[in-house]
Amino acid sequence: MTGLLSLFRRLEGPQTVGRGPAFWGMFAVVLMGALAYPLFSDGYTVGNTVYFFVWVFIALSLCLIWGYGGSLSFGQTAFFGIAGYSYGILTINFGSAYGFTLVALVIAVAISALFAVLLGYFMFFGRIAGVFLGIVTLAVTLMLERFMAQTAGPEWHIGSARLNGFNGMSAMPPLTIPWPGEPIVLFADVGLYYFVLGVLVLVYLGLRILMNSSFGNVIVAIRENPERAEMLGYDVRKYQLITFVIGAALAGLSGVLYTVWGQYITPSSMGMTAAALPLIWVAVGGRSDLTSTLIGTLMVLAVFQALTIYGSQYALVFMGVLLVLTVLIAPNGLVLGAMNWLGRVTGRVTQRAG
Amino acid sequence: MDIATHLFSALYQFGDAFAFLVLSACGLAVIFGMMGVINLAHGEFIMCGAYVTAATVHAGLPLPLGILAGTVVSALVGVVVELVVIRHLYDRPLDTIVATWGLSLIATQGTLILVGSTMAGVGTPFGSVQVGAYSYSIYRIVLFCAALGVLAALYALFNWTRFGVLARATIQVPHMAAALGVDTRLIYSLTFACGAGLAGLAGGLYAPTMTLVPTMGATFIMEAFVTVVIGGADVFLGTAPAGGVLAVVKSVMTSWQGQLFGQIGLLVAVIIVVRVLPKGISGFVLRERT
Repeated sequence: MTGLLSLFRRLEGPQTVGRGPAFWGMFAVVLMGALAYPLFSDGYTVGNTVYFFVWVFIALSLCLIWGYGGSLSFGQTAFFGIAGYSYGILTINFGSAYGFTLVALVIAVAISALFAVLLGYFMFFGRIAGVFLGIVTLAVTLMLERFMAQTAGPEWHIGSARLNGFNGMSAMPPLTIPWPGEPIVLFADVGLYYFVLGVLVLVYLGLRILMNSSFGNVIVAIRENPERAEMLGYDVRKYQLITFVIGAALAGLSGVLYTVWGQYITPSSMGMTAAALPLIWVAVGGRSDLTSTLIGTLMVLAVFQALTIYGSQYALVFMGVLLVLTVLIAPNGLVLGAMNWLGRVTGRVTQRAG
Repeated sequence: MDIATHLFSALYQFGDAFAFLVLSACGLAVIFGMMGVINLAHGEFIMCGAYVTAATVHAGLPLPLGILAGTVVSALVGVVVELVVIRHLYDRPLDTIVATWGLSLIATQGTLILVGSTMAGVGTPFGSVQVGAYSYSIYRIVLFCAALGVLAALYALFNWTRFGVLARATIQVPHMAAALGVDTRLIYSLTFACGAGLAGLAGGLYAPTMTLVPTMGATFIMEAFVTVVIGGADVFLGTAPAGGVLAVVKSVMTSWQGQLFGQIGLLVAVIIVVRVLPKGISGFVLRERT
């Protein structure tokens, strides 16, 4: 019981913005709004919102590795793709009966985490850091894309699942929850919305607890000064590897949910452009805070989609400009800056009142 | 086929791979080695060089002048980029990666909007030579010579000219160089322009051999990064030997299993080398020397 209580106490702390009744009250209001949202909206818009939510996981993973851990990884889309393809291969081969799709989700996330263990071992135990880490992860991602793009021939199949090269895999079954009577199929509207929203809230709160725990503090200490952390007796490599693997699992979760949402996955979801987008969301939102990343991602996605009406090339140019300007002018991120300012203002007001 | 033709074929493939790796990497290596900045828009400088070369050749200039034009334009774009973006980020190396990535996105999509999804190419000059049962493009041999020439020119530039001395002084102890009256900002600008120009040169040289599309930079960038990672920070002790080693890996894997496995071989090589020699070949060599 006390263990559980101390977990709850970790929901707020030095590594996350937002504390006290005001923040959690706002959190509850937003959550209520999100829960009630499908009642006031149509299936298509709800499905589109699910699409936004799906990307939040990969953004949070990058926030964890880059913002908190200080290692810039371009490889998140690789894990995204690996998990997406794994889910497709598993469910096309074994079907969706007996809740297997949920098992496939877990296995697919585990596969991408395993891949991260392998890759991360070579990188972190080789003491790769800084810019080199970015390059190696980027090279892995591009390689994976090229490999998947050339699997068009019929000889590229795993079981009955054709990989289909550049066109990607499609027609995998959606998530299905076994239920007495009739299994619940989560199509990309209200059903999937509640599922993804539930997972998102769990992941968000879980990451808050993790980052405010002693583990999170060590991670931030390593970001600030690796040598000092090492002198204090922490095995930097191990902590970095664990962060990397958790991040990979989150990116994998994003990949599975994306595959489930659209029932397709293509190699271009691992390409240069795809790898750049999470970076933009996280950088613009505020990479060193979970809440800012979450809000920033949703906002940038919404703007991006609104701009895509004028053509996706223009939208991507805009995204590039946004990224460069953010790095030059507001390196900590726009949302985080706004939230800190809001915090200062409200703090001043309450002080004056009290 | 006798042994001589086999040998020639192997050498030819090695030379081709070596030229590609060294030419695409040296611009990146100069910028990284001298400034510690990773230029993710490197591929787009290559694309810029290739496009300018093709455009000038279409306008009637001979190919060598076109390549020169591509090099110069890329270098000028490099100066602008350094002034506007990179200059403000020297103390934040990770942010330079992110910012140059943004630039790369802008350049790729901007080219797509302005020039369209493809541009008419330039024919490969010189034709081919018949050795044994196969014919080999002479231009590929020219490219190999160009790669060696670029390495030699860089060596001369950084060791025998005043700029080279000032640049190396700036890299070793920036504030000391500044105190001795070196305009370090100018040196950084020129070094970045030099790297961008080399990228443009690579683009110009390869323009006759490939299709010109806005995303063509991506075909160079992986090889370039892999070479720089394995080579480490020094252009001569790192990039050149790394190019040699990787060219062997790539040409052997390619002739054994095809293009893709050549690239996978590169990737596996980089991951293993990174585990064994975290500072790359030049880091290893320099440690042995001291």
